Amino acid sequence: MAAVPTDRSRQAQGKGRPLFVYFIKRSFVALLVAITVSVVSFLLLHVSGDLAQSLAGPSASAADVAQVRKAYGLDRPMVIQYLDWAGKAIRGDFGYSFFLKQPVFPIIADRLPVTMMLGVSALVIALFVSIPLGIAAALRPNSWIDRLALTVSVFGQALPSFWFGLLLMMLFGVTLRWLPVSGTGGWQYYVMPAITLSYYSIPTFMRLTRAGMMEVLASDYIRTARAKGLRTPTVLFKHALRNAIIPLVAVAAVQLGFALGGSIVIEAVFSLHGVGYLGWESISRADFPVVQAIVLILALFYIVLTLLADLLNAFLDPRIRVR
Amino acid sequence: MTVETYIDVTSVLPVSAGAALRRRVLGHTTFLIGAIIIIFIVGVALFAPLLAPHDPYAQDLSLRLVPPVWDESGTWAHPLGTDQLGRDYLSRLIYGSRISLMVGFSIMIMSGIIGTTLGVVAGYFGGRIDLVINFIVTTRLAMPVILVALTVAALAGSSLQNVILVLGLLLWDRFAVVTRSATLQIRALDYVVAAQAVGCSIWRIVASEILPNVLNVIIIIATIEMANGILLAASLSFLGLGVPPPLPDWGAMISDGKQYMFFSPWVITIPGVALFTLVLGINLLGDGVRDLTAPENRS
Repeated sequence: MAAVPTDRSRQAQGKGRPLFVYFIKRSFVALLVAITVSVVSFLLLHVSGDLAQSLAGPSASAADVAQVRKAYGLDRPMVIQYLDWAGKAIRGDFGYSFFLKQPVFPIIADRLPVTMMLGVSALVIALFVSIPLGIAAALRPNSWIDRLALTVSVFGQALPSFWFGLLLMMLFGVTLRWLPVSGTGGWQYYVMPAITLSYYSIPTFMRLTRAGMMEVLASDYIRTARAKGLRTPTVLFKHALRNAIIPLVAVAAVQLGFALGGSIVIEAVFSLHGVGYLGWESISRADFPVVQAIVLILALFYIVLTLLADLLNAFLDPRIRVR
Repeated sequence: MTVETYIDVTSVLPVSAGAALRRRVLGHTTFLIGAIIIIFIVGVALFAPLLAPHDPYAQDLSLRLVPPVWDESGTWAHPLGTDQLGRDYLSRLIYGSRISLMVGFSIMIMSGIIGTTLGVVAGYFGGRIDLVINFIVTTRLAMPVILVALTVAALAGSSLQNVILVLGLLLWDRFAVVTRSATLQIRALDYVVAAQAVGCSIWRIVASEILPNVLNVIIIIATIEMANGILLAASLSFLGLGVPPPLPDWGAMISDGKQYMFFSPWVITIPGVALFTLVLGINLLGDGVRDLTAPENRS
């Protein structure tokens, strides 16, 4: 049970203070999560197999493996290796790529815009499809359009993304020749990958919009707005949608985080040279400094996006701050 | 002379619980379609040796990429054609159902045990324990699943067992989140409080008061995670680090077929349709269970 706030405690909190406290607390947790992720991903990399062995190759002799182990400092205690790596990573130094013989960070920074472009356009497509569908479904529950929206989301969730991508490629790239089949380049190269990636989030957004709209439409202030004779579009868009869409903003931020992490499959399908593709390439050529940096950077994106989403929620809904 | 009965007795008597359940199940299209799909695929997997016309591993390099029977150059010897190594596609598809079902089921059991344990413990004890478990869930969510799974598979070696292990260890988050909130609600109910007052042990309360009541949500999440696990395992296979060749995995079949798809599109459409149907069936079954067990639909 929360204690009933006395007048004095209310004054002590002051206006806007709880939000600030919440911000500090939440940021601290985010920092802890980031550190834990870095430790866990480091451990996973060093525990799941022998890095020196996969670097030296399967045919390397024991002496060669030992030499590689020494050359890359893999013979040191794990804690030392982690602290060494993490200490440099904080300053943006993720070490050297085993394969490309270049510093890791610029390689990733070079590919980052492609993945961001892909993630953001997928998000925009998903919102453009799901909000109108969600509104239409909420206005006429159990109508054909509601059922259509439900069917689309049930079927969409069962589609393997890479397979859906290949089907799009065959249709628009080969049969119709509207879009380039695969590769990296102008906006045309992003259309099919973005559509494929957007499929993940459409059902989530649609359900949220539908539920939000239905709840808001049943509220008193909408009835008042209608009763005082406002036109239906004004009621729908100015009064209802604005309120219904609030939870969507935060969820969109989280979905963007998931999309950036999940883009690896789609980038591999379409040979789109973003961070995900780089990760895939690096895994197959045992370039683990790059892999490790990508895991951490993608996790950081997710952590920052969820932090922003939580803060936004707390800003919009004061009840969350006191939890 | 017989007395005619004007009223059908069954319409007067209250329906038994079992009959009501049967009626609801049979009247629920989503559930029925899902169940039929799953029963069919499980049947195919069980009787694979009887159903498959050929050995799924037998190569015949003289018969590579033979088109399916509906194509004009297809033959009934290979109803769904052959792959790039001349292996019978139907037989590989049939044996592939075993792999997908096994992968999905094992991942679901593993992640279910981990997630439910964490969720029930967090929800039941609350306080610091809840905070710690929440933190673990948040950390897990921040890790990019596919990239981490690929890395571990690459280092530990890609095998069926490793794919199941790595995904089972990664996909428990939804189980934890949902069982936690369900447990939180149940913990406050009178019968749990009563059990505590009587002096039941924690194990007994969890086993006989909490778990039976969160079973509903566990089943629903289990279907979601089984579908999710199958799709992710297929993605790993597609990226070349999942189920290793020559196992007839549907994701690997799509991956192998990718370079031939422009001239022989069936090599990717057939395994893709199989994967899609299986996942759709599991999702429909889960949706059906959710509708059927929702209290407001029980009247």
